[in-house]
Amino acid sequence: MIVSEGHSEPAVSIALRGVSMTFDRGGEPLEVLRHVTLEIRRGEFVSLLGPSGCGKSTLLRAVADILSPTEGTIEVLGRSPGGARRDRALGMVFQQPVLLPWLSVEDNVALPLRIGGWGKRHPSGPAPAALLALVGLQGFERVRPAQLSGGMQQRAAIARALVSDPPILLMDEPFGALDAITRDRLNEELLRIWTETRRTILFVTHSIPEAVYLSSRVVVLSPRPAEIRRVVEVGMGYPRHPRMRDTGEFTRVTAALREALEH
Amino acid sequence: MASADRPPLGAHVAGPAATRGRRTARGAESPWRRHAIAVATMAAVIAGWQAIIVVFHVPTYIAPSPVQVAQALRTEARTLLVNTWPTLVETIAGFVLGNLVAVAAAVGFVHNRTFRHSVYPLAVTVRTLPIVAISPILVLLLGNGYAPKIAIAALITFFPTLVNMADGLDAVDAQALELMRVLSASRWEVFRYLRWPTSLPYLFSALRIASTAALLGAIVGEWIGSNAGLGYLIVAATYDYRTPLLYATMTVASVLALLLFNLVSIIEHYAVSWRATHVRPD
Repeated sequence: MIVSEGHSEPAVSIALRGVSMTFDRGGEPLEVLRHVTLEIRRGEFVSLLGPSGCGKSTLLRAVADILSPTEGTIEVLGRSPGGARRDRALGMVFQQPVLLPWLSVEDNVALPLRIGGWGKRHPSGPAPAALLALVGLQGFERVRPAQLSGGMQQRAAIARALVSDPPILLMDEPFGALDAITRDRLNEELLRIWTETRRTILFVTHSIPEAVYLSSRVVVLSPRPAEIRRVVEVGMGYPRHPRMRDTGEFTRVTAALREALEH
Repeated sequence: MASADRPPLGAHVAGPAATRGRRTARGAESPWRRHAIAVATMAAVIAGWQAIIVVFHVPTYIAPSPVQVAQALRTEARTLLVNTWPTLVETIAGFVLGNLVAVAAAVGFVHNRTFRHSVYPLAVTVRTLPIVAISPILVLLLGNGYAPKIAIAALITFFPTLVNMADGLDAVDAQALELMRVLSASRWEVFRYLRWPTSLPYLFSALRIASTAALLGAIVGEWIGSNAGLGYLIVAATYDYRTPLLYATMTVASVLALLLFNLVSIIEHYAVSWRATHVRPD
């Protein structure tokens, strides 16, 4: 089991306070986020749900310190997003696997260890091969990414995000480009990995069933500029099971989310 | 792997691969068939050429027959060989020099906008000058030796490599750059792990063009002022109406160009081997 321990982690992993963001689109201001205030507790699995292009990915990128908010503050484990990024407190999984095609799968997973000499400074971190086993890719270490299917590539991307052992995982529609069957299977895998490694996950999706099945809380965002419309607690415990999709609670939450999205 | 992205030009396929190729009924043509067609077409053109010379009694000094060219290749083998050497030296030296400067400039482009905006228009302007006009100037500046020919070969290879390499270094995926950001990668690390490998296919596309262009540049340089090399031999043979020698020289130049092109292609095959992989279905 790979667990982030040794950090004295605060109970709140991610705190967003009044976060607004406006882009400059050819001289015209484009408001993307409006006064987003949200707290994500340690070990939570929170999904950001909203229509395409609403600004969910922008929000995720602000947490990852890829973009900076125009207004408001973001704290990641009590630090600035930049500080958290430099400490590798965040692992990110993108919509595309973004594996480097010239590296083997294992070297791709090990890439974060090579950058900034992270692996040398943190020799006790998880081994790339062990993470590949965790995501079900043992035996594919020496293979090039192009020889893997889309689903397998995304598994490798998850392993890469875990290699510097970050307490927080940011996932930007990671299964959006996959077919429904592969997507369901990877949802199962992700929950298993989350249970085994217990980190905080902030997950962006536009699929209601995916959000309900995975999350402990679902944050519904409005169309652009994204505001928080509703936060829905999912009253189902873990471990989750595919049969839970047929339960009353699943239907209830799904309906509530659909209504929040529509109104 | 026989199904490489771009097999070297004129490469011959071995027996077992050919048999395997013929059995693939659907999809792409078998390599065996493709090569057979290429060879047959070449043979037909040569046969047609021979026929025209014989039927219309074309005098040798206007156009020799393939048989006469073959004879010239044999009898003038020593002259051809002696003159191939300087051209080859100039071509390779010019190729290396021009590409090194181009790659260095392209690397400068992605890391310094001012450098890009000052040098790029200059490079385009130099490119628009006809190489036949630059050549005499370079001969005046650099004398009669190897130097002006190397300079011309370098100049001719510089531009395509610069443009391709600059594009290649910029062709990185936006999400890959975000990944590097999340990992707090330095500029050097972004270059080493992302930009450089991304640019390699672009670089080799340019190098393949540059390999034949460099030879052309060296030959053009030899026309202007030289007493050795394939370019010199072309000029000398033309003045003396030794047309079979002229054609033989062109044949040697052509074979040399093909060899250089294939050499670059073979190096590319190993340097960019990750391009020839296959996707597994879900």
